[in-house]
Amino acid sequence: MSIWEYANPKRFMQTTAAILPWVAALTAICLAVGLVWGFFFTPDDFRQGSTVKIIYLHVPAAMMSINAWGMMLVASLVWLVRRHHVSSLAAKAAAPVGLAFTVVALVTGALWGQPMWGTWWAWDPRLTSFLVLTLFYLGYIALWSAIEDPDTAADLTAVLCMVGSVFAVLSRYAVNFWNEGLHEGATLSLDKEENISDVFWVPLVISIAGFVLLFVTMVLMRTRTEIRARRLAALLLREARA
Amino acid sequence: MMPDLGKYAGPVLWSYATGAAIILILVALSWWQGRRVSRALAAAEARLGDHDV
Amino acid sequence: MIALLVRDLRLAFRAGGGFGLGLAFFLLVAVLVPLGVGPEGATLARIAPGILWVGALLACLLSLDRLFALDYEDGSLDLLATAPIPLEGVVATKALAHWLVTGLPLTLIAPVLGLLLNLPAQADSALVVSLLIGTPALSVIGAFGAALVVGVKRGGLLLSLLVLPMYVPTLIYGSEVVRRAGLGMEGATPLVLMAAITLGAWAILPFAASAALRANLR
Repeated sequence: MSIWEYANPKRFMQTTAAILPWVAALTAICLAVGLVWGFFFTPDDFRQGSTVKIIYLHVPAAMMSINAWGMMLVASLVWLVRRHHVSSLAAKAAAPVGLAFTVVALVTGALWGQPMWGTWWAWDPRLTSFLVLTLFYLGYIALWSAIEDPDTAADLTAVLCMVGSVFAVLSRYAVNFWNEGLHEGATLSLDKEENISDVFWVPLVISIAGFVLLFVTMVLMRTRTEIRARRLAALLLREARA
Repeated sequence: MMPDLGKYAGPVLWSYATGAAIILILVALSWWQGRRVSRALAAAEARLGDHDV
Repeated sequence: MIALLVRDLRLAFRAGGGFGLGLAFFLLVAVLVPLGVGPEGATLARIAPGILWVGALLACLLSLDRLFALDYEDGSLDLLATAPIPLEGVVATKALAHWLVTGLPLTLIAPVLGLLLNLPAQADSALVVSLLIGTPALSVIGAFGAALVVGVKRGGLLLSLLVLPMYVPTLIYGSEVVRRAGLGMEGATPLVLMAAITLGAWAILPFAASAALRANLR
């Protein structure tokens, strides 16, 4: 019994059908607890006032939009190396989810930046690299939808994902060149000095767990749809030929 | 019940509203696509008498 | 490979080959920006490095969609794929040809356009050097993008969506070199980093591009 057994679409469908309701329920619980706790039961920050509550959306969304690309990269590699269709479809399914998280991070960031920095947008390194990441997501999704043959599309998007990852990282370091920027440093580093205090930390971790689970739920759900769509296309083709 | 958000009520509420809206749209779209595809698949399977997945 | 290079160059210089179009576009950008921004010398000098670099990016992009598309349509790409030279070599040769007809001329006329944009004279050499080192990266990244969309009808817009984000690091370093030179600062660090990107792109992207071409030709 190895993980590759799930590369069989049928097996994947059976397993995910069984676990999807549980993952979805856990997602709902984590998100509800994390966000309600964060919104209603955390104190205001002495410096940032109540805007600190935005962190429970902003930080998890930002983390997951990077992790989503990482997951797509792994899935693309698996597709290129082992040619498992489920893998390429999972990468395809993850892209819109990652894009949505990126948009959430950008929008909440703008709403947070307005009162704190006095501007909606600044060409700060972190902000700029997020905008570039958004463009990579858009390009990836556009390439998937532009190419008709599914296997060719999977190959091309997988290559794009790998090369895009390299350039996304390069852009991240290139924008550092400008200056320090306005954005706060790491929120969850192990360095205690930098870290936020415990009152904010627990609901934030729950919220992050909620976003991770949300990502898993959405990817499973969308991958199931993609597998069904692929099978539907095959059936229709057979019908047209018959 | 509503916490006192002070002068920053606007940005905080808007963040939660837009964040929730974007995520709900994503969930709703994925759900709707899933429903549509599985219905079409069920119909095609019924026509062709092929039940696999 | 040299025969292929010569063939591509001939095709580019022939009427309708697109040579000069990129240059004209570059010139237009340099003329239109002062018209839009206003003739104030200090403002233009400040934004000149960015304008020239963005103009170079867009001019490079202009001729990219023909890089493989024509050969794909008339079938000569299939011949090239089965030719004794490796497909990676074909990609590199075509990217080199693209650079020779767009990147190199852009580099050479850039100082003249710098005059139009009131770029400080001390930045001219930095402009030429940075374009000389940076534009090869633009060509090979563009070749990769063109290989991805070669099977797509009307892929030009998609191509720019795919390629422009990958131009970001080169753009940042390149315009930073020119900006620093204009302010009389030392610009070796961004120049070296940009050179690293160019070399890395030339080392890796021909392989990625030929993988994409093979997927498209299958």
